[in-house]
Amino acid sequence: MSEQNKHTAGAFDVRNVIAALIGAYGVVLVLMGLFHDTAEEAERTGGLAANLWAGIGMLVFAAAFALWARLRPVVVDPPSRSADAED
Amino acid sequence: MLLTAADDTFRLDANLVDYLLVAMYFAVVIAIGFAARRRVSDSIDFFLSGRSLPAWVTGLAFVSANLGAVEIIGMSANGAQYGLPSMHYFWIGAVPAMLFLGVVMMPFYYGSKVRSVPEFMRRRFGTGAHLVNAISFAVAQVLIAGINLFLLATVVNVLLGWPLWVSLIVAAAVVLSYITLGGLSAAIYNEVLQFFVIVAALVPLTWIGLSKVGGWSGLVDRITESGGSEQLNSWPGSELSGFSSPIWSVVGIVFGLGFVQSFGYWTTNFVEVQRAMATKSMSAARSTPIIASFPKMFIPFVVVIPGMIAGVAVSEVVALKAGEDSGVEYNDAILLLIRDVLPNGLLGVAIAGLLAAFMAGMAANISAFNTVFSYDLWQTYIKKDRPDGYYLAVGRWATLGATVIAIGTALIAAGFSNLMDYLQTLFGFFNAPLFATFILGMFWKRMTPTAGWVGLVAGTLSAIVVFVANQVGVFTLPGQGAAFVAAGTAFVVDIVVSVAVTMVTQPKPVSELAGLVYSETPKEVRTDPDAHRLPWYQSPTKLAGIALVMVVALNVIFD
Repeated sequence: MSEQNKHTAGAFDVRNVIAALIGAYGVVLVLMGLFHDTAEEAERTGGLAANLWAGIGMLVFAAAFALWARLRPVVVDPPSRSADAED
Repeated sequence: MLLTAADDTFRLDANLVDYLLVAMYFAVVIAIGFAARRRVSDSIDFFLSGRSLPAWVTGLAFVSANLGAVEIIGMSANGAQYGLPSMHYFWIGAVPAMLFLGVVMMPFYYGSKVRSVPEFMRRRFGTGAHLVNAISFAVAQVLIAGINLFLLATVVNVLLGWPLWVSLIVAAAVVLSYITLGGLSAAIYNEVLQFFVIVAALVPLTWIGLSKVGGWSGLVDRITESGGSEQLNSWPGSELSGFSSPIWSVVGIVFGLGFVQSFGYWTTNFVEVQRAMATKSMSAARSTPIIASFPKMFIPFVVVIPGMIAGVAVSEVVALKAGEDSGVEYNDAILLLIRDVLPNGLLGVAIAGLLAAFMAGMAANISAFNTVFSYDLWQTYIKKDRPDGYYLAVGRWATLGATVIAIGTALIAAGFSNLMDYLQTLFGFFNAPLFATFILGMFWKRMTPTAGWVGLVAGTLSAIVVFVANQVGVFTLPGQGAAFVAAGTAFVVDIVVSVAVTMVTQPKPVSELAGLVYSETPKEVRTDPDAHRLPWYQSPTKLAGIALVMVVALNVIFD
């Protein structure tokens, strides 16, 4: 198992999964905010460009999570008790 | 009951983009099940995630396991009906107990290497208390899973127009597939994901809602105008507790809700404790509920406040608060607000978030059930000493069985909704005496096995007696007062009976209590040998101190 000691979780790191889903939501919402029927949206939200701003917020969040996963990767556990790779 | 009005009151005009967002969520959920499957090699992997997860993951799962249908629908309903006093369910009724679990009780759960809360019961008190705890817990979890499933299917039915039985089977199949594939790891990873999807749905909802009523000050003005100024202070919360005297109201909330009910729920409920047991070290296990307390403090801002907004901005709810029959109930508040303010796009995120919340509740119930069923009932009393793979298979079959029973329960719930409300209240009464028994048992080595099960049974029965007496009118407490009194009675009766029975029965030999009772547990077993090397943000006691200061500050700011 020793050759696995340095493996990182990569795409299976739950932070990357979260970043991918929320990031995808962000993209869809930004597109909706830019190109969808904005008059109808403004009527519901009382004038806020809600899709656009919520989408931007989600993109920022997703980028932060992806960055966190990149900077502090999870090391897949070797069989023995190892030091905590997480922060 | 939820959503009884004509269907088109609630029907959301979801379009293709909304469905796409929901579909993306489900695709990721199933993918997590398959990914987690690759790592499931033995029963500890399946039931306790190989005891390998980092504390922030289990901490968020700990919050999410509780952030189900009942929480989101129920607490926004409380927000609409009672206003800011509903915050007590979080700041008084959850955070202190979560900190207590992490600081005081987790060392015994994690240090004794038990695999479930009932297993702790068996080692401390033997068969009697274990059977009472394991069976009542298992039955309660399957039935509550059914209630969660029913709520989920109802919402899908009403919001999207799918037939009830189709929504039931689809939802059950999704939960079943990811738990059977990946066990607790899949459930926990999905709970973490669900947490973020739920937040992504609720934060914009609160933001748009607040903006529509003119910000926080606009909300305050409109609540004051409608004559609800006592709904703007969290204390004394007389409407919530049902005690007209402010002093008794504070006592009722602090002792009934804050101490007995919430300590009972958070410290002994295996659904919650299981998340902490899945961590890699004692410090991480203790940190799990403590890390969870931070998001828990702020969740009411996106759950209770939307309810309050609905109370002034959604015409049906405004009419309901004025005492008119508008065909809706407080439980519908958050759905109506979603209907009124979210545009297509964010609507899809909100539907995904609601479905996520409902599945989180059900998945948590079922993953806790299959552990207790396999380890505590099947392995302990039915087939002992089989190879590990056998119990892994039992766990998978138990998951399937529980899901099928949950569908059955959901179908029954569809016919007798009041019955399910009562059952859920009754299950709450198992928790208060459990806490009394655990805390006595952990710190008083003389307490005997007989006292363990007799105290539990007496405490639970006394809670049921108080509840029934209130129902049939022996005395009457409106609001939540009856539940607080029932829980308090159960706690006191359990302590008194346990002490009395201990005096006349035989205690366990002291040698069998190592790891289970404070005075008999060596310091190395209940502490983390590496604790002094951890930075402050991984130290459970320092984090708990910070959380405590913050929750006191929140209480002062919103008093």
